[in-house]
Amino acid sequence: MSTLLDVQDLRVRFNTAAEAVRGVSVRVETGETHCLVGESGCGKSVSALAVMGLLAKGGIRTADRLEFAGQDISRLSERQMSRLRGDKIAMIFQEPMTSLNPAYTVGSQMAEVRMRHRGGSKREALDRAAALLGRVGITAPGMRLAQYPHQLSGGLRQRVMIAMALMCDPELLIADEPTTALDVTVQAQILRLLMELQRELGLAILLITHDLGIVARMAHRVSVMYAGKVVESATADSLFAAPTHPYTRGLLDCVPIPGKVARGAPLGSIPGTVPRIPLGFQGCGFRDRCAHADASCATIVPQQTRQPGHAYACRLPAGWVAEPVA
Amino acid sequence: MLVFFGRRLLVALLVTLTVLTVSFALTRLSGDLAIAIAGPQATEQDIIIIRKAYGLDRPVVVQFVDWVVSAASGDLGRSYIYHEPVARLIKDRLPVTLTLGLTGLLIAMATAIPIGILAAMREGTLFDRGIMMIAVIGQAMPSFWLGLLLIITFGLKLGWLPISGVDEWDGYVLPGIVLAFAAIPAMMRLTRSGMVDALASDYIRTARAKGLSRASIVLKHALRNAAMPVVAVAAVQLGFMLSGSVVIESVFALHGVGYLGWESISKNDFPVVQAVVLFLAVVYIFLTLMADLLNAFLDPRLRTS
Repeated sequence: MSTLLDVQDLRVRFNTAAEAVRGVSVRVETGETHCLVGESGCGKSVSALAVMGLLAKGGIRTADRLEFAGQDISRLSERQMSRLRGDKIAMIFQEPMTSLNPAYTVGSQMAEVRMRHRGGSKREALDRAAALLGRVGITAPGMRLAQYPHQLSGGLRQRVMIAMALMCDPELLIADEPTTALDVTVQAQILRLLMELQRELGLAILLITHDLGIVARMAHRVSVMYAGKVVESATADSLFAAPTHPYTRGLLDCVPIPGKVARGAPLGSIPGTVPRIPLGFQGCGFRDRCAHADASCATIVPQQTRQPGHAYACRLPAGWVAEPVA
Repeated sequence: MLVFFGRRLLVALLVTLTVLTVSFALTRLSGDLAIAIAGPQATEQDIIIIRKAYGLDRPVVVQFVDWVVSAASGDLGRSYIYHEPVARLIKDRLPVTLTLGLTGLLIAMATAIPIGILAAMREGTLFDRGIMMIAVIGQAMPSFWLGLLLIITFGLKLGWLPISGVDEWDGYVLPGIVLAFAAIPAMMRLTRSGMVDALASDYIRTARAKGLSRASIVLKHALRNAAMPVVAVAAVQLGFMLSGSVVIESVFALHGVGYLGWESISKNDFPVVQAVVLFLAVVYIFLTLMADLLNAFLDPRLRTS
């Protein structure tokens, strides 16, 4: 297994006093699903957009390392980057209803990706589009190609987005909350589809979500984000077996797990909201909401390793136990 | 699509009927037409003769129905002054007005749309703000004044372009610019705001994520969606140019439909006034209908809903 996407200390800020991403390090291995989890506003999507070079106007990106398939992509021009996007790295989004252009047919929007990156005739591109629509479980692909986005349901549109992302056989698919806007049943179908595609095509997926249920189902590795930073990173098994950062534990306490949480017992919650982190902020971003914070949390956040491949950013020892609240 | 078209057509017909009624009523409201036509020196006898000759002694309803029926068959009556069928008067002058209007529209679109796109792409920069400021100033500038200014500069001082008449094609340049100038600010602002919205939309983010070229993103994906309000306004502006050319045609001494209308108002030639009003209104209605159809072509959602 080799590292496909290697991001070290990614930082993003906009023309404001706040930093949206404050040092995110993520490694996505070939053929695996890496989940980026966190509350809304923690910088997951911005991190993904920054990797893609798709930040909104005014966004400034820096990183110690930004490599895709061994190639440094941090210094690529917009033109060079656009050659990679849609070809080797594809992305799908949370909003299937608005992510397709209402003015063009499904076929034309799918075909143009292939023609842009691989050339060839429109006929060939449309044939491939039809085959992929079939692959993502859309019946009568030939008819769908001629339809406009408004004639499709949300679930169908997300399938179209996925098929479109596959037009050039990408190595990495970045999926930004791909199922959040969909019905639960459709959600399950889309997730199953993504897993199948991954197995079949050896696709690496960077899946951004706030839903730990999805993480449990999909992830090989997980990076938990809080306030613009990765606070804990581990294999999925290790993370669920031994969550270590107080934030991760808090997140898991919010989710009812059959058999683990007693019937009628109250679910946990994390008091407070995600803070706005000003430029030059020191210490741990979670300290104001953390029951275990002490004075040292305002200055240094030690990076610790629980076991090889399971890292977390907190002063607490790996085996810490929450003291009963008096 | 057919239902859509049929519905629009029905609305257009209803509006036409309303305009027929209003233009008929307005000319009747301006006083006793027979007295007006006869002039100040006319005797009581003259007025009665005129009233009979023009059918003004008939009940108003009969006059109205008669007018509508003959208007529908293309007979717009005869001019009291020129003693010619009004339809022919308008037909003779139509090429001048049409050429002028289309020249104006072409200049306006060729200027406003590219500048609007550039301003949207550089939203918030000095260029964008400067352009928008010029647009506001342009919108406030009266067209007859700009016309005179251009005549003095390019016609008289520099001698580059003719200042009146349209014996050669270049006679259309100055009046075309003046007409375009009135339309540019609105079109430019609409293009800009439409493009700003479109460029910030999710499907543009998708287009960028697909690695499409900048030209394809801006001109194919964004412009098509930003174009609809611009099309609607362009149609209205063309109508405005055709009818609003009354002022410009007199400044540049062009004998078009606008000038004909102005002339007949001052001479109380009411069949012509009535017909010009009707004609311009029908042109307007036709253009709006065309804009609806063009928008239905641009936006597939309109076709099915």
